[in-house]
Amino acid sequence: MDRHGRGGAGRMMRRLVVIGVPYLWLVALFLIPFLIVLKIALSDTNLSIPPYLPQLDIAEGWVGFKAFLSALDFENFTFLASDDLYWKAYLSSLKIATVSTFFALLIGFPIAYGMARAPDHWRPTLMMLIILPFWTSFLIRTYAWIGILSTEGFLNQFLIWSGLVTDPLTLLNTNVAVTIGIVYTYLPFMVLPVYAALEKLDDSLIEAAEDLGCTRIQAFWMVTIPLAKQGIIAGCFLVFIPSLGEFVIPSLLGGSSTLMIGKVLVEEFFTNRDWPVASAVAVVLLLILIIPIVLFQRNEQKQREVDG
Amino acid sequence: MKRLSWFNATSLAFGFAFLYIPMLILVIYSFNSSKLVTVWAGFSTKWYVELAGNEAFLEAAWVTIKVAVISSTLATVLGTMAAYAMVRGGRFFGRTLFSGMVYAPLVMPEVITGLSLLLLFIGIGMDRGVMTIVLAHTILTMCYVSVVVSSRLVSFDRSLEEAALDLGCTPFDAFRSVTLPIIAPAVIAGWLLAFTLSLDDLVIASFVSGPSSTTLPIKIFSSVRLGVSPEINALSTIMIGIVTIGVIVASLVTKRSVAMRAKQERDAE
Repeated sequence: MDRHGRGGAGRMMRRLVVIGVPYLWLVALFLIPFLIVLKIALSDTNLSIPPYLPQLDIAEGWVGFKAFLSALDFENFTFLASDDLYWKAYLSSLKIATVSTFFALLIGFPIAYGMARAPDHWRPTLMMLIILPFWTSFLIRTYAWIGILSTEGFLNQFLIWSGLVTDPLTLLNTNVAVTIGIVYTYLPFMVLPVYAALEKLDDSLIEAAEDLGCTRIQAFWMVTIPLAKQGIIAGCFLVFIPSLGEFVIPSLLGGSSTLMIGKVLVEEFFTNRDWPVASAVAVVLLLILIIPIVLFQRNEQKQREVDG
Repeated sequence: MKRLSWFNATSLAFGFAFLYIPMLILVIYSFNSSKLVTVWAGFSTKWYVELAGNEAFLEAAWVTIKVAVISSTLATVLGTMAAYAMVRGGRFFGRTLFSGMVYAPLVMPEVITGLSLLLLFIGIGMDRGVMTIVLAHTILTMCYVSVVVSSRLVSFDRSLEEAALDLGCTPFDAFRSVTLPIIAPAVIAGWLLAFTLSLDDLVIASFVSGPSSTTLPIKIFSSVRLGVSPEINALSTIMIGIVTIGVIVASLVTKRSVAMRAKQERDAE
């Protein structure tokens, strides 16, 4: 069994530690907290500390556990379905995330394409320029847009100076500002996978298409895009998934009319102190996210198979 | 040699302008002498002086650095172990659950991670403070570490490790003198990523922090909600400066180590 003569017990111990320690850590700080959320989502709001019912009383044993189970119900979820605030918040988050992903692709693709076509010795520098914002504080990058988009901000100053508009536009505290903020902060997540896909692309394929009578634009649509498809899909999910539950950007750049589910969850928890509803909001958000996450995983799997 | 077409050159120029102009404005206006952040009134460094005297910010910065150092170190150890378990662990009970849990926090919305951890800490009656932020950050960042480290472990030739064992190394010595030097770049990159993510995190920290443990992002967020302030611009400039230096140094180091490795390989031939 153990050809290194160090004893099977020692080997078992090491294996137990290497697997067991991170395992326990994840169970304690990821799985259990998530089960708590699930449980509270099925509980009732109550004016007590903690503000929900039922509480599991271990001292009562099995009877207590059964009583506890029977007190759980889906009331909070029916509440979410009946109050259109939540519906609107989920829909508006989906809309903002979709529009932002679209614009991130629109802006990110040409950057990635330009990078992949740049002379080889430029590429490390260009790569560094894309990664640098990624390491810079997310909060600061969002904050930078407040000064640009406000009524007296730089964008309005520029627009009025150039004569494009006469009165300043209201941009800050709108959904437009939220979309700009998301596109700006998540742009590196779009550029990097698209660039990785385009960089691998063999130029001779495009030349072959052109030799066979394709115009440049035809070759682009028929060769480049299909070959870069997986990078594009990965980039889209990497922007879409985190922006759906975004909290910081809508609370800094959005207004009181901006409905995003991350913001609703935080307000429900901290302002209304309604833990069960906040937990139910979280569970539904996760259920919505499962679809794009599974699609993303499958795309990655396919990519790995292609790469061999 | 390839040359940039005008189309590609313009799209790169516009793209980088979009990425960098907002940060550039922030940096320039941190040297503005006016309190009004959008009106230029002459060069001044007074906001930096004021920032240096702002105890609340300095204290928050200290808490943030403390949390980041401890949590990223813990996350690097745990994340490397998790990567090892996934790549080398073979079959073990609950393996699917394990790898699911390793990757899930990557795609989990921060508000949910924050909420669930806060409910856990309240449930077990743990006082919220530096400790709870550290624990919360390790769970987020160890996943990034294990992704980075496991990609390196997958590509690494296992026979090297086996050779060391056959030559009489203890498994620990084999790990230290063979495996670790090979995966070291990934471990360091993982630590840096964990450190930066911890420094940057606002959402999870605001859920699990207590009144005595305000981190810098929490402090920035609460003052930014009241509007733009030149002091925050100054602080942002310092942070952007540190990151820029860090990224440039890191890329120079990688460039040098790549060049050195290429030279070694040439010499070996």
